[in-house]
Amino acid sequence: MLSTENHLRYQRQIQLKEFGVAAQIKLFDAKVLIIGAGGLGCPALQYLAAAGIGTIGIVDFDVVDISNLQRQILYTTDDIGKSKVKTAAERIKQLNPDIQINILNLKLQNKNALEIISAYDLVIDGSDNFSTRYLINDACVLLNKPFIYGAVLRFEGQVGVFNFEENNSNIKTNYRDLFPEPPVENTILSCNEAGVLGVVPALIGTMQATEAIKIITGIGKPICNKIISYNVLNNEMHEFEIFSDEKSKSKMPKNEKEFLAFNYDWICGVSHVSNEISAENFDLLIAGNKITVIDVRELSELPIVSEFPNIKIPMNELEEKISALKIADTIVVFCQTGIRSLNAVKIINKIIPNASVSSLHGGIIEWKKHQNKIHI
Amino acid sequence: MEIKIIAFGQIADIIGNSIMSINEIKDTEELRKKLSNAFPQLNEISYGIAINKKNINKNTEINMGDIVALLPPFSGG
Repeated sequence: MLSTENHLRYQRQIQLKEFGVAAQIKLFDAKVLIIGAGGLGCPALQYLAAAGIGTIGIVDFDVVDISNLQRQILYTTDDIGKSKVKTAAERIKQLNPDIQINILNLKLQNKNALEIISAYDLVIDGSDNFSTRYLINDACVLLNKPFIYGAVLRFEGQVGVFNFEENNSNIKTNYRDLFPEPPVENTILSCNEAGVLGVVPALIGTMQATEAIKIITGIGKPICNKIISYNVLNNEMHEFEIFSDEKSKSKMPKNEKEFLAFNYDWICGVSHVSNEISAENFDLLIAGNKITVIDVRELSELPIVSEFPNIKIPMNELEEKISALKIADTIVVFCQTGIRSLNAVKIINKIIPNASVSSLHGGIIEWKKHQNKIHI
Repeated sequence: MEIKIIAFGQIADIIGNSIMSINEIKDTEELRKKLSNAFPQLNEISYGIAINKKNINKNTEINMGDIVALLPPFSGG
């Protein structure tokens, strides 16, 4: 039964013949967790709260920054410096005082993710980094929770419903079926680096809210087992079907214990200490002569490096060959431009945890340029 | 043989949106190799491939007239 006030508040959706009072009650009973109160999370939160989702949890540890306001229009200029989740919760209470808002002013991590997510029926991924995205994916798969993925860059966005079985089809796919492993650090642009038009996360976040409402009420056909890629510049929308993949299953933690031990920051290349070395500092190290230098490029790659002693081990042989090497305490790896070698640092650190390994910043190309400058 | 390639995100910057004529290409592994030879910057970006709107998880045959999409992951939110 709905109160008269509720009838009035939700009248425009209750009057839809596919919706009715029954769907409204399903929304009241639903618990949705929104991870990230940013460009995607804000519009999702606003529309889900307005639609009458009974319980909404919001996770974010950040404060409002002036550069957020171009797209996160739940916040105002006066909110700069204030907690995002607290500010968002205040606004949402004004919009709809009847719903329960749970404020989670924290960073989602292995140690808290399972407990937090298990209290909700459905998760919206509004995060802005790969480490959280893979964490959400793996936690939702372990807990058997559907989650709605959204991601944006510049003028494009991706949206999809993962880990959701439609109509007893016995088919469920997840983010790792599309991208089994996170990309190597620094290879994929973030919105901080590449920018994003404010309306793009608004569109994608609103699509995520739409999918949440469809799943909870059972109306329509959710974007499951596929993703939609939308480009606002040419209005092109592409749909891609996703298939369950054994190989991607093998990359995922299989139980709670493995999940707790999984290092998401590590696999996504989030490092708290710099593992890069500049051309200048590298020259000082070579002069000291107490280092092992490894060239991880393919054997055919040019230029040939003969200016200092180095061992040639292409990336795909590194894991196998590194442990057999007698090496100095300090290792520097290089490739063409300094990107593959960052990944090589991770591989070597995994095998020789105590080694001091760094990657030559800018690769051998940058180093050669540096040499030319010195000699001119 | 002609296949249509649709690129997204950063990959569109590198290769452009184009119809490509590629000779003697039989599968997606070979396509990856040819593309990374033609556009070395692609070596350093991970991306998924979809053929005729279906994402592929393993090396897959490519036929004339296929539409091949190159899809990088996005992290922004």
